[in-house]
Amino acid sequence: MLSMLAWADSVGLVITAAIPGLIRTDRLNALIFLIVFSLIVVYFIRRAVRGKKLYVRPLAGLQAVEEAVGRATEMGKPVLFVPGTGDIDEIQTIAGLSILGLVARVTARYETPLLVPVLYPMPMAAAQEIVRESYIDEGKADRVRPETVQYVAGESFSFSARVGGMMLREKPAAHIFMGTFHAESLLLSEIGQSTGAIQIAGTAEPEQLPFFIAACDYTLIGEELYAASAYLSKEPKMLGSLKGQDLAKMIIIFCLFLGILAVTFGVYPEFVTDLFTAN
Amino acid sequence: MIVAFFGTGDMLADFSNEALRYMSIVAGFALLLGVISITRVSAGVVRKREKDWPHKIVLLLCLFTMAGFGIFQGITSGTVFEWLFENIQKPMMATMFSVLAFFIASAAYRAFRARTVEATILLITAVVVMLGRVPMGQYVYEHFPAVANWIMMFPSVAVQRGIIIGAALGAASMSLRIILGIERTYMGRG
Repeated sequence: MLSMLAWADSVGLVITAAIPGLIRTDRLNALIFLIVFSLIVVYFIRRAVRGKKLYVRPLAGLQAVEEAVGRATEMGKPVLFVPGTGDIDEIQTIAGLSILGLVARVTARYETPLLVPVLYPMPMAAAQEIVRESYIDEGKADRVRPETVQYVAGESFSFSARVGGMMLREKPAAHIFMGTFHAESLLLSEIGQSTGAIQIAGTAEPEQLPFFIAACDYTLIGEELYAASAYLSKEPKMLGSLKGQDLAKMIIIFCLFLGILAVTFGVYPEFVTDLFTAN
Repeated sequence: MIVAFFGTGDMLADFSNEALRYMSIVAGFALLLGVISITRVSAGVVRKREKDWPHKIVLLLCLFTMAGFGIFQGITSGTVFEWLFENIQKPMMATMFSVLAFFIASAAYRAFRARTVEATILLITAVVVMLGRVPMGQYVYEHFPAVANWIMMFPSVAVQRGIIIGAALGAASMSLRIILGIERTYMGRG
């Protein structure tokens, strides 16, 4: 089923590309890369499904999640999870919500209170469902509280003020920030740092990473956030996609290296520049 | 949406724009969910007189006051809503934003301690860039601004681009997993 979908997707795009006038030729390079990337990822997913063992390097931040929840349980304090300040249409929010599902399982298992403040109502609805399903899967359906997932505010500084207040009043023992963050990253992580809680953060916003690295105990950088759900669930299909992604990265690095040499030594520099220009 | 990105047909572009419009409409209705959630949780805390229940009364008062004035009087210039926004909400937002300056200083104080080789390099680079960005730096050493600009334009941009490339591939891989139905943890199924 998986390979049929992937092949249909690729064939459809290739047919579209083959028919002149139907495709934007200025985006052909992106289309070819998308097809190649998809095929590589699907190939490694199939390999993983066939039972091939895949090595994924340990991510300290994710290994610390269970330790952080355990610490909160021992101290009798809640765990605070912030799935970013983006709306549901952002892929980082989806990544954050995926990690929430796995963290909610651990908190359900240890019967640790969980606080999930959310900035937008649609991620709130998704988070409520995720937490409920996670608790049901752990056999702790009666432990689900309506105030676990809270719609806090519709604006980022109001959100930061409210979550900062939560940190100072409720004093969670662990803060987990996973998703899109902007100016509130420093506010949340610094306030959290002052309470002495263990802090784990992950975002793909390059401008916010330095603040998280300075204020948090563990930080997931860029792609590690997207790999987190695969890493924590250990499903072969998801781990296979990580390997495919890594191979695609190697191809990009190789192309970058060739491109640097070509432009430096004047070997078809305009062609090479156009080849890697995104429109 | 993917086909619309690569296709030239007007029909594809129209469909894509229409889908985005539907999403905005759904998001508007979803806002009701948020208001109901915040009202239900806060009212519950007030009713049971739980910890910090007076704060919840203030929250509910502010929520319904702003919403009420906005709905019945409008949000244009000269309305009570606009006055509340300009004279209460905006200054509070500015206050939170201004706290960032102090937090940057405290985060920098913690991060820039020369305990390891990497931290020492970070400290030296940060000092050079900070001096290069202020007028005084030029009087300390005339080439500080040029060195600071070089650091920001080359090594810093190179690293940011590396992170962006990795993150983009990660996002594409995750999107593919979601489209193929492999990634379902965001729906609550592990």
